[in-house]
Amino acid sequence: MGVWEVFRQDRKGQPFEHAGSVVAPDAGLAEVYARELYSRRQESDALWLVAREAIRALEPVPAEFDLSYRRVDGYSLRLRLREARAALGKAESR
Amino acid sequence: MDARTQEFLEHVQSGGQVETADWMPDEYRARLIKFIEMHAGSELMGVLPERDWILRAPTLQRKLALTAKIQDEVGHAQLIYRVVEDLGKPREACLDDLLSGKAKFHNVFHYPTKSWGDVGVIAWLVDAAAIISQKALLKCSYAPYARIMKKVCWEESFHVLHGRDVVLALVNGTPAQRELVQEALNRWWPPLMQFHGNPIPAEEDPSYIWRIKSQANEDARQQFLDGYVPQIWELGLTVPDPKLRHDEATGVWHYSEPDWEELRAVVTGHGPASAERIAFRALSRENVAWVRKVVLAEAA
Repeated sequence: MGVWEVFRQDRKGQPFEHAGSVVAPDAGLAEVYARELYSRRQESDALWLVAREAIRALEPVPAEFDLSYRRVDGYSLRLRLREARAALGKAESR
Repeated sequence: MDARTQEFLEHVQSGGQVETADWMPDEYRARLIKFIEMHAGSELMGVLPERDWILRAPTLQRKLALTAKIQDEVGHAQLIYRVVEDLGKPREACLDDLLSGKAKFHNVFHYPTKSWGDVGVIAWLVDAAAIISQKALLKCSYAPYARIMKKVCWEESFHVLHGRDVVLALVNGTPAQRELVQEALNRWWPPLMQFHGNPIPAEEDPSYIWRIKSQANEDARQQFLDGYVPQIWELGLTVPDPKLRHDEATGVWHYSEPDWEELRAVVTGHGPASAERIAFRALSRENVAWVRKVVLAEAA
């Protein structure tokens, strides 16, 4: 008996999401169980079955470094903008 | 309590969730298994009262709908037992414990059904009471269980709707049909009021302390009364409790004290249909043992 992870797609174009798992002695029966459990109301447009042992789970990247320079929230434009506008105002009044 | 357990407890109490591979205290794992196994067993045993009515459903459409509901409930048992298996208890062990009485199932599945009115009232009100508990499990600290609840709640809402449709058909029918609903309501009301358990404060409930549940028993019962008593009254039906009233000022429902002794006796296997249901489950398991053998042999 093996565990098969089931991923389902709600509608075409949507991402596949993990839905649950089934236990089956082989891929054929795993397919039958997955269809019966996850799409008998046509609630899934498509299903993926993945043998659990085929999944390689990666550890999260350690947060040792400050990676804020890669993100939008790593920048605050407010002060710089104020300075730029103030400088422009002075230039115009001159 | 050691520091690691204390840290874990704070994590779940502040809304944190846990995955299968994460470290968890033994007590948390044991409580999860007991709680989730009881839920799975209830789904499995819950189909038996309804199964009795497949052959007696009044129309083909009702027969199809009832069969679909039963398949949903068995499907829920499959999904939920999977969660228990991943926590370390094999399904065969769960089924053994269900038959020996070591594992419990919900009180409402220990009672007999007498008429088609019961089928409507069960699907409408028993499933409604169950949805309230299950919706609160969407926030369960154990994430794989919480995720499965999304699908379970979605399907239960179909059951409640179909149950209400059955009840409406009967109350719109002859006086005798209407009487079937009232009789069924009279039969099911006491177990329904016991369903969410005794009103122990959330802070003393281990399932709440570990955030397996996210709501106190009494909150669930009040939510049930809030949602469904007006729907019952709207149909001209009578709730068989002379003390039932809604305090408009506090928003609290008052009712006669449910029989907690009966609840305790029933869930420990002393309900009017407990022995018969467990014997039938044992018979079904025995009857399909050959299927399991064939499937496993073919795959080997």
